Amino acid sequence: MAGQLRAYRRQIRSVQATKKITRAMELIAASRIIKAQANVRASTPYARALTRAVSAAASNSSLDHPLITEKPDVRRAAVLVCSSDRGLAGAYSSNALREGERLSTLLREEGKEVAPYLVGRKAAAFYRFRRRTTEAEWAGFTDSPSYENAKEIGDRLLADFGKDASEGRVDEIHIVYTHFVNMVTQEPRVVRLLPMEVVEGVEAPTEGDLQPLYEFEPSADAVLDALLPQYVNSRIYNCLLQAAASELAARQRAMKNATDNADELIKKLTRLANNARQADITQEISEIVGGADALASAGSRA
Amino acid sequence: MALQVELVAADRSVWSGDASRVRARTVDGDIGIMSGHEPVLAVLVPGEVVITGSGGDGITAQVSGGFFSVDHDKVTIVAETVEVGAGTSAGTR
Repeated sequence: MAGQLRAYRRQIRSVQATKKITRAMELIAASRIIKAQANVRASTPYARALTRAVSAAASNSSLDHPLITEKPDVRRAAVLVCSSDRGLAGAYSSNALREGERLSTLLREEGKEVAPYLVGRKAAAFYRFRRRTTEAEWAGFTDSPSYENAKEIGDRLLADFGKDASEGRVDEIHIVYTHFVNMVTQEPRVVRLLPMEVVEGVEAPTEGDLQPLYEFEPSADAVLDALLPQYVNSRIYNCLLQAAASELAARQRAMKNATDNADELIKKLTRLANNARQADITQEISEIVGGADALASAGSRA
Repeated sequence: MALQVELVAADRSVWSGDASRVRARTVDGDIGIMSGHEPVLAVLVPGEVVITGSGGDGITAQVSGGFFSVDHDKVTIVAETVEVGAGTSAGTR
């Protein structure tokens, strides 16, 4: 019986140690979300200026730039899946991966070949376990992506988009990422990166702020040529930042649940341990009383 | 009237404030902007951007290409990376 009590106590200690870890991870994630959100905010002036310039250039050019023109027959579609590097973030990675699978199935039904591009070790592990081939993988930055990371991905995607059909060109590029709605809601989303939808009217000019008649230097087409790759990179960067904020929020929530569960478990185990201790005492008393009775009855007989 | 200038990198806003003059290097050569300039959208080559603030402050920065737009005395300089060089005093944020 005393052995049972000892086993309970050992379990309680182990759950307490786990709880300390999950609590620490929760607090770390919570403090880093704020930074991730600040990063999203810090990148918006760039995205806004770029969007404005692209729509100005697009409305003044012939609009047959390869990055905006829809191709007549799409044979290969690239899917960029943004997952996390590390686990312990609840269903974050699996939700993103499931959305990616759904999109891949849809594209295959349309008769397109799917070329996977992966961000994060979790996505890479998912594909490797299923022995699937991937086009490219990037990892090691999912919780705090820098612009260089986005540029690297963007350059590769643009290079593959510009290849010849015989060299494995991709005709469409989709991104699967997790959109950070707020601290409690993050939803996996799919956006088509290329070919781009015409960006006119993305930001409606406010009253008295008409689209100015720009003088383009050297020409509207050349400006658009220079702007569109930057615009693509900026879109990817924004997706990575959103995904990072979502990952941290998912991790915080998962770790909060784990901490709460540990509390619950400790409470339950403490009750059981108390019960076992009381049972030990009761048994001891009844043994003593029983022993004393036996002695007394033996003495009276003698 | 002074120019309203904004210098923006991909991951942050580097400098913003009032300026009297902005100089940058486009693909066609250096361009200087002062108040009242016609709207321009120009592609930049890697090089120096010099902003002379109206209050004597200003900034000199190295940009990695990018572009730059002028409309209604509002100048926006956008580059993927911006390195702030010497001769910089704090602008209004």
